[in-house]
Amino acid sequence: SKRTMAVTKASKDQKYDRQLRLWGDHGQEELENAHVCLINSTASGTEILKNLVLPGIGAFTIVDGHKVSGQDVGNNFFLSNNSIGRNRAQAATELLQELNTDVSGNFVEEVCVFNYEHTCLRLGSVLWNANIPFLVCRTYGLVGYMRLVVKEHTVIESHPDNALEDLRLDQPFAELKNHIQSYDLEGMGKKNHSHTPWIIIVAKYLEKWFSEHNFQFPKNYKEKEAFKQLIRQGILKSEKGTPEDEENFEEAIKNVNTALNPTKISSGVDDIFNGEQCNDITSQTPAFWVMTRAVREFVHNDGGGNLPVRGSIPDMIADSEKFITLQNIYREKAMQDASVVSKHVESLLQSVGKVCETLFCKNAAFLRVVRCRSLVEEYSVETVNKDAITSCMDSADGEMVLYLMLRSVDRFYQQHSRYPGVYNYQVEEDISKLKLCVNSLLQEYSLNVNVKDDYIHEFCRYGASEPHTVASFLGGSAAQEAIKIITRQFVPFNNTFIYNAMSQTTATFQL
Amino acid sequence: MLSHPINWLPAESKACMNLLLFSLFREKKRRRVVELTEKMVVDGGSRDGGEWDGRWNHINTFLERPGPFTHPDFEPSTESLQFLLDTCKILVIGAGGLGCELLKDLALSGFRHIHVVDMDTIDVSNLNRQFLFRLKDVGRPKADIAADFINGRIPGCNVVPHFKKIQDFDESFYRQFHIIVCGLDSIIARRWMNGMLLSLLVYEDGVLDPSSIIPLIDGGTEGFKGNARVIFPGMTACIDCTLELYPPQINFPMCTIASMPRLPEHCVEYVRMLLWPKEKPFGDGVGLDADDPEHIQWVYQKSQERAAEFSITGVTYRLTQGVVKRIIPAVASTNAVIAAACATEVFKIASSAYIPLNNYMVFNDVDGLYTYTFEAERKENCSSCSQVPQDLHFSPSAKLQEVLDYLTENASLQMKSPAITATLEGKNKTLYLQTVTSIEQRTRPNLSKSLKELGLLDGQELAVADVTTPQTLLFKLSFTS
Repeated sequence: SKRTMAVTKASKDQKYDRQLRLWGDHGQEELENAHVCLINSTASGTEILKNLVLPGIGAFTIVDGHKVSGQDVGNNFFLSNNSIGRNRAQAATELLQELNTDVSGNFVEEVCVFNYEHTCLRLGSVLWNANIPFLVCRTYGLVGYMRLVVKEHTVIESHPDNALEDLRLDQPFAELKNHIQSYDLEGMGKKNHSHTPWIIIVAKYLEKWFSEHNFQFPKNYKEKEAFKQLIRQGILKSEKGTPEDEENFEEAIKNVNTALNPTKISSGVDDIFNGEQCNDITSQTPAFWVMTRAVREFVHNDGGGNLPVRGSIPDMIADSEKFITLQNIYREKAMQDASVVSKHVESLLQSVGKVCETLFCKNAAFLRVVRCRSLVEEYSVETVNKDAITSCMDSADGEMVLYLMLRSVDRFYQQHSRYPGVYNYQVEEDISKLKLCVNSLLQEYSLNVNVKDDYIHEFCRYGASEPHTVASFLGGSAAQEAIKIITRQFVPFNNTFIYNAMSQTTATFQL
Repeated sequence: MLSHPINWLPAESKACMNLLLFSLFREKKRRRVVELTEKMVVDGGSRDGGEWDGRWNHINTFLERPGPFTHPDFEPSTESLQFLLDTCKILVIGAGGLGCELLKDLALSGFRHIHVVDMDTIDVSNLNRQFLFRLKDVGRPKADIAADFINGRIPGCNVVPHFKKIQDFDESFYRQFHIIVCGLDSIIARRWMNGMLLSLLVYEDGVLDPSSIIPLIDGGTEGFKGNARVIFPGMTACIDCTLELYPPQINFPMCTIASMPRLPEHCVEYVRMLLWPKEKPFGDGVGLDADDPEHIQWVYQKSQERAAEFSITGVTYRLTQGVVKRIIPAVASTNAVIAAACATEVFKIASSAYIPLNNYMVFNDVDGLYTYTFEAERKENCSSCSQVPQDLHFSPSAKLQEVLDYLTENASLQMKSPAITATLEGKNKTLYLQTVTSIEQRTRPNLSKSLKELGLLDGQELAVADVTTPQTLLFKLSFTS
């Protein structure tokens, strides 16, 4: 019933409040419509799922044909000792399901032979062709590994930290210009003078500067300092001649450097505009590219080379009326620009589905596209990223050597049908065998690098163990990447992530 | 500190320090094994842990096998596991987002003697990440429910809950633990804990007795950001050495709130701080309860009215609640990552298996995954751990209020409501104390008196107490001309 739905929504709003403040109701909706498949409910796997079930993913399915072992229960929070001998997928599903009744948990009893390389390459191809994002995760001793495989992932809401404001002080649009004109700083009373927004102050003094400097902007450090001085001279003085306390002027001076940044489109966004997908718009084109094309049209035809105005300004010392009026100038221009973009969308296509033009325009400066190389490209001798591997191996104790070791233990598995050093007696004798695998790997890919013996010894020592804390670190990391893919908010990594729990360091490589 | 070029110890000393620390840590372990074994005999023997084959395989590789990256002092042994299982005692502070994760991580890493302290009860909004709690547990103490869940899920694990504030315990409680790990959401509480462990340090002839050191692992998260750090009190940077890493909370200026609102947040603060005390909507003396939906609803409506007055848009119920409760967004994933890093460090230190994190890691997964690991340096004149008496430079004509302002506003001190006492004419005199109303009223006139008027002399010691530290801090008054 409607009332039940309202009550449910209210209680979900309460439960998910802390995360709704990060990705909003629309992000939550995407999450609740998503279905995730986990292959192998190892500790890493169940930890990933835990961090997806808790925030309310729509559904999960675990595929695992293994029977629960005593060892499994030892490092896995979602297996209990009375499930030893039962199917692992089923046992884990029960305890994961119990975390959140909003989520639908399923399992399939199917064995995946764990030859990482072989399985991942085959599965990877299937998923690549089906355009289903694939995230490979593993915990191996004190090393965590993630590989994201997605052909193309577009992000409108990247939520950048420390984004620059879009104030247009270098090229004020007509309404902003008029508004600035309406101020007469010299003729104002003290109260108004001290509560004029710094944006107006900078704009006014910029006009002064232009008239004295042949219409050139302050260019270098020296000129910017002189410009700040010019503003400082504008601070009202008391009868005794001492400067009054005008915080808004101090704000103006503090913000000069960023305020004078020229309005321009970042190279990242430019690259996106020049993407192939932007050119041939059909009814099959994803909404993101239709919108991007529409904004590109705007930039060339209406925006004078600039993106639609973002419409937001930072808070600043000012009285309410001056601030709100200024804020509305920017907001209304943003809305105007967005509706022009709308018209371009219409002329390209009839509709773009759910993507809202205002949201897109507001985020136009921060669009991101992530394209990962396929696993075939990573593993194939012809296309392996030799440069990245070789240059990263310059720091012999960085994370790249751990990547090479993971590749090597997979070779070991292919040859011996087991991982090195699983049993105590194997540790010593496997070192030389693993070293052969390392050398054959380096040879096959013509990698002229040196892998220290210490790492070969360490990886034998690990015995393919999966300590819970490392699995949990990886579980948190992987779950958030999955959430990024599902909600299309925030930016996923590209494409290989390594966690070294010995040094508590991480690295990301594009392989 | 971070950009401080002065290293606290030369490199060689640091290496020695690490080795010294670990040799003596193991010595401390041995002592405790003796203590606790005796105790166990009296109590009637060890519990049946419900062991099964292979249970600890994933951990044993790190305890029983030698390796090239282990701590120089590490000795592989089949007994190390027994130490973790039977003897090692860990204290977890906080049973919330980080705490739940920490308890799970520690329990699955072989730790069985775990105490957890948390003064809070469970709220619905906790359920998106504090996975040891269910809807039926709302209102119950976090520590109790968390302990029950872990003890039920992990056979043999004995988590002992304490539904208390950390300040309810004294040294005798904290001294019993090998390692303390914090998952707090309050800087004040962190600083208090830091001060407590510093107060346990024993110095003999100016030399620190390493067996009096209890390592502190501290984790913090906020949205998609987090950090994990390892502190050896008395040896490495403490919380107060790096206080500048925690910027003070931003409060809006009063004039903005009272007469020039611009943002929806300003409207909510107006209602909370000015309108509520004036209108007393739920009766005389009824304070705003941020957890009462009716109270929030009232604030929300009044905030909307205020906003309408100034043509401000954007006041929503969610925003109102966020401002009133100072809500920090939170998700399961960040807490999982940071707690896991902390628990890994607990394991490394308890087992001596690897050299621990030296000493601070930050994490941010807004754009890809980013971590930065560095060594936070000790502050030479840290107000908490340097044992260097802090100077206060003031003119004798300065008012006591100025001293108070300095104690609260200085970035390295950031005290909350300091109480200042001094010895005058042989007697201990309270100059100002805020936390007890009668004393506050009595001593308030002192704030507008000058230091000279109050009878304070150059070189005088002032004792300052505050919530940020369990011990009184001593300052030396140094008059400027």
